[in-house]
Amino acid sequence: MTEAIAAVAHDRHGHPPAGIMRWLTTTNHKDLGILYMSFGGIMFFIGGAFIMAVRAELLLPGLQLLSPGMYNQLFTLHALIMVFGAIMPFATGLNNYLIPLMIGAPDMALPRVNNWGFWILPFAAVLLLIPFFLQFSGIGSGASGLGWVMHNTSLDLQSGIGIDFAIFTIHLLGISSLTGAINVVVTVLNMRAPGMALMKMPLFVWAWLITAFMLILVIPVFSAAATMLLTDRHFGTHFFDAANGGDPILLQHLIWFFGHPEVYIVLLPAWGLIPHILATFSRKPVYGYRAQVYALWAICFLSFIVWSHHMLTSGLPLAAEVYFMYSTMAISVPTSVLVFCWLGAIWRGAMTFETPMLFALGFVAHFGMGALTGMILPDVAANAQYHNSYVIVSHFHYTFFGGGIFGMMAAVYYWLPKFTGRMFDEKLGRLHFWLTVIFFNVTFIPQWFAGLDGMPRHIADFALRFSAMNLISSVGAFLLGLSQLLLVYIVVKCVRGGPKATGQVWEGAQGLEFTLPSPPPYHTFETPPEVK
Amino acid sequence: MDKALRQANRRLTIKLLLMVAAAAGFAFALVPFYDLLCKVTGLNGKTGGAVQRAQASKVDAARWVTVEFTSTVMPGMSWEFRPAQTRMRVHPGETAKISYLAKNPTNQAMAGQAVPSVSPGWAAQHFNKIECFCFQRQVLKPGEVKEMPLVFFVSPELPAEVQEISLSYTLFPVSG
Repeated sequence: MTEAIAAVAHDRHGHPPAGIMRWLTTTNHKDLGILYMSFGGIMFFIGGAFIMAVRAELLLPGLQLLSPGMYNQLFTLHALIMVFGAIMPFATGLNNYLIPLMIGAPDMALPRVNNWGFWILPFAAVLLLIPFFLQFSGIGSGASGLGWVMHNTSLDLQSGIGIDFAIFTIHLLGISSLTGAINVVVTVLNMRAPGMALMKMPLFVWAWLITAFMLILVIPVFSAAATMLLTDRHFGTHFFDAANGGDPILLQHLIWFFGHPEVYIVLLPAWGLIPHILATFSRKPVYGYRAQVYALWAICFLSFIVWSHHMLTSGLPLAAEVYFMYSTMAISVPTSVLVFCWLGAIWRGAMTFETPMLFALGFVAHFGMGALTGMILPDVAANAQYHNSYVIVSHFHYTFFGGGIFGMMAAVYYWLPKFTGRMFDEKLGRLHFWLTVIFFNVTFIPQWFAGLDGMPRHIADFALRFSAMNLISSVGAFLLGLSQLLLVYIVVKCVRGGPKATGQVWEGAQGLEFTLPSPPPYHTFETPPEVK
Repeated sequence: MDKALRQANRRLTIKLLLMVAAAAGFAFALVPFYDLLCKVTGLNGKTGGAVQRAQASKVDAARWVTVEFTSTVMPGMSWEFRPAQTRMRVHPGETAKISYLAKNPTNQAMAGQAVPSVSPGWAAQHFNKIECFCFQRQVLKPGEVKEMPLVFFVSPELPAEVQEISLSYTLFPVSG
């Protein structure tokens, strides 16, 4: 504690330039963390708005609002924005702000690269969205409607500039993710405070280190696949063009070789931060630290060798299907280790249920449901029924929203007082939690049933027998979307004022970041802290 | 940051950038690797190019294999395209001939490319074509009808449990 204050007093660089120039030119990890998180938050609401239009179309059978082409664009943009625009940048923001504080480093290792990595993002977002808005003034045929990893690609079915814009967006986002990932690896491996051995690092840092390696290995594959698609479309190559000796299935292999690790890239940061929160509010140390580190590495390794479970209906030979079935199911072993460690963390703890704890417990419950349904999907025999049905939609929303977003929300509430120096409105926070849990389930539970009954995804209309389920799901989605506005209000209110937060913020909070005052000064740990 | 740390950071960054380059190279290397894998194992139902009829190869007259023929026309292709007969019984090793019929009902010349696929996939490498309209693109004049031959034999090494083979041709439009 005294060390930390000494470090704060050491602040030599004075204060940053005021106004917009501060944010444009900043190389400070806290500023960039805030920029990344704000960007992620804004994109969360844009992506949400797109899916509200989709759910409005699915409120009733028949086509009321959207043409099928417009529908395809909307769900594609929803997915791209949520994964690449909201969750990943938000997780990057958290690592920017927290990793240097957690390992006792003065800043990220490559601060200028960090600034560049962030400022690519707004341009990428504009590039992705421009064709969507241009179509309303009669220019072009709209944005990409191919699904989140272009998995519905057919060279014949959709042409137009939207796909080229999406390809360039993927390149820009890829560069941004890679700069962030390289920065994390260099920071974590080179800049830890003396005494901060690798096996002493907080689990959030571990999770991000592993995530960063995954990004470094798979983002180039996605970029390469997008480049091949681009040259196929415009420069006369035939990577995926069956008429000229190429193979469309190859595109699926490439994008799912990226796509499967990508889902763990989305989830790992949340898996890393959940143990912090569970430990704090159970007033116990992190449970099963070593087991969790090894489980995270195991999941990282397995995620690279299971991609074809997304393609079980594409005509793989039986031996390959059986292999991908068992390797996919094998992921449940390290995942179960994590879940049992989380449960171990709260077992017989002196639990209190502040908002971050509620979201963390919500995360465990909903992610658990997503993970368990992930056990039936790779079953080769059952997959023929579930493939491309709403079962899949519900499954990955339980993991991405119930896991990823709940985890991010827990992080917001847990570290917001640290970032702002103010406590948020606890009552409103709990209200936000309960509204989110209720309407999340109202939205997605009916989709299990519609999916089991055979409702296909990616289609703007549905058979009459799915009407009731879709009506419930749409109403749930509208209310889920509305209740997220409460989060904006809570965050804005907390930034503008509120009771002062102490340095430790939460009784029982552990970690170097809680040895600093709230908010932490602009420069921290210029003299490395002592790690016991 | 002191100088030693700065240098260590730079070295590690360069190593990580090399990892990125290697990952991109790996993605491009997957293209020929995938083709090779399909060729060797017959995955994906890919059949090879033209083969010479081996004089010595024996006809296994005791065994029958049913070959079924089917066709698909891709969106954007306006031709009519179908096999002249949909099934045929052959002995392994016996040379057989059938034809596919194509018609260009439009008023302009068009080119099409047929892409074969054999099911089950592991039978693909035992399905040999001596002559096939799929070896080159076909050009049809306006209104032209063409009978396109396919000469093939099923090799006697075909696993005994395979009693039926489906051969599917998908016709793609080719521009230029």
